[in-house]
Amino acid sequence: MAQLISRLRLWRGLVLLLAGVYFLVPMGASVWFSVAAPDGGVDLAAYTGLLSAPGFTDSLVLTLELAGVTVAVLLLLLVPALIAVRLGSPRLRPVLEVVCTLPLVVPPVALTAGLIGVLRWGPDYLMDTPFFQTVVFVQDPKFPLVLVIAYVLMSLPLAYRALDAGLRAVDVRTLVEAARSCGASWPRAVVSVVLPNLRGALLNASFLTLALVLGEFTAASILGYQPFAVWIYTVGNSQAQMSVAVSVLSLLITWVLLLLLAAAGRERRGTLR
Amino acid sequence: MTTAPTPVPTPAATDPSGGPGPSGTAHPHRTAPSGHRAAGRRRIPVSGSWLAVLPLLAFFLIAFGLPAVAIVSGAFTTSSGGDVPAGRFTTDNVRDSVQGAYWTALLSSVKLSALTALLGTVLGLPIAQAVVTSRFTALREAVLTASGVLANFGGLPLAFAFVATLGNAGEITKLFHLTDHGWSLYSFTGLTIVYLYFLVPLMVLTITPALDGLRTQWREAAANNRATALQYWRHVALPILLPSLLGGYVLLFGSAFAAYATAAAMVGATVPLISRSIADALSGNVLVGQGNLALALSLDMILVAVLVMAVYLPLQRRSARWLS
Repeated sequence: MAQLISRLRLWRGLVLLLAGVYFLVPMGASVWFSVAAPDGGVDLAAYTGLLSAPGFTDSLVLTLELAGVTVAVLLLLLVPALIAVRLGSPRLRPVLEVVCTLPLVVPPVALTAGLIGVLRWGPDYLMDTPFFQTVVFVQDPKFPLVLVIAYVLMSLPLAYRALDAGLRAVDVRTLVEAARSCGASWPRAVVSVVLPNLRGALLNASFLTLALVLGEFTAASILGYQPFAVWIYTVGNSQAQMSVAVSVLSLLITWVLLLLLAAAGRERRGTLR
Repeated sequence: MTTAPTPVPTPAATDPSGGPGPSGTAHPHRTAPSGHRAAGRRRIPVSGSWLAVLPLLAFFLIAFGLPAVAIVSGAFTTSSGGDVPAGRFTTDNVRDSVQGAYWTALLSSVKLSALTALLGTVLGLPIAQAVVTSRFTALREAVLTASGVLANFGGLPLAFAFVATLGNAGEITKLFHLTDHGWSLYSFTGLTIVYLYFLVPLMVLTITPALDGLRTQWREAAANNRATALQYWRHVALPILLPSLLGGYVLLFGSAFAAYATAAAMVGATVPLISRSIADALSGNVLVGQGNLALALSLDMILVAVLVMAVYLPLQRRSARWLS
């Protein structure tokens, strides 16, 4: 038995070691590539030059704004729907499932093509209607709502799965019944009893969405906007070192973000006990 | 698929009351689902709850429905700018989209996705299993966190990281003089290696809950009946995992198939891919009067994804039966 356990441990260690090498080497090599000076020394110019690089702050701010709005819209649409299906309309459950799975079958490129198709209808058919203003409004280069629409659709399956998994772990009905028996109103039962129990799932869904928006390139580049990912691409064409530096940074930022979110989730769970 | 799973306790026998529910005490309504529902109706009226689903449905109909209509209608009508007036019905776009270079690109995309998804599934399973069975919760947390980050690490940063590592001037390429051995990152093989970087973590994330759902009792029961580890995997674990594994495979296939940025930034035109063809067609790099070709290509792409999904959804339901 002891022999078996030690053999298992060896096997596990080997698997994790190999995986570690495969996943860490490109990161290490990227870091090295981004700081290597031609004379063989270390040069941090690729990192220090970032802040002053043209377009860096603009594109980063745009991306963060887009991410914030996307997460807000997504949660506002999904959370009430999911809770309602659990509580009172189980027959709508398959509908919700289909709605949240369908975007998976439309790759971002195809979705973008479709969006462009719709936006082309604007000048063609809607010139004299109020809808034309809407079409113009969603394409405002300062804050392209059309990207938010695309991002909400793209993250719908991810967020749905995360929230659904969270709801599975909680007996929403009992929770609400208990809260209602204690005299809580409907909104109060949902906000102060159900939502805190879903904190992990909410954070999870938000994080997945955030990560998706931060890295999204396809729709933004084809539609001609310049959030962060598109900016990196532009930089990469002229300054290879800087583009790799940004890649390293973006990985670090995502990592830190995830750890913060995980820590926040744990803390709250701690205080609730 | 055909192997019936060895008799195991049905999930129904162990109700999810073991979850982090608020009250550990048994609920009288739990045992009888019908009575439960009746009691729910009597005690709390939730008749208007479908209203909360409306905003999502409305958003979906507009944001998803309109582009879908645009794709289908565009794929079957003539584009503006050609000899024929725009908006006429035609099958030319669809016909062109499955011929010549476009057909090659579609096939190459499918081939790349199928291969990388297979490799991702085969490589992801042992990693997930190693993590799930590990004694160290910290290791588990770290690997799952890392998988979460890496699974979303597609796109440009990934491409640049690999160019810096294995590209022509990459660090590893220089270190081992790989170019002399005929190595090129900008090839089918190169792209496969790069895709695995986000597909394997995706598989780890996908399969971990299923592996968690494999109860220790099943393994113990197998051991009590003198099954070896191999027999346990062959007759118990894999049949139960199979739907999840295939579901994961499909998810990976979809991810690889839809990926655009990585390939766009890395290989350029050396490996033809359908997603790149669409982007090119959209940015006007096609002949005048073929603008709707992009929509026809999108339709092809969606059809492939739909076919793949048609396999996925039933599997998802099957795996939920055992591993709820």
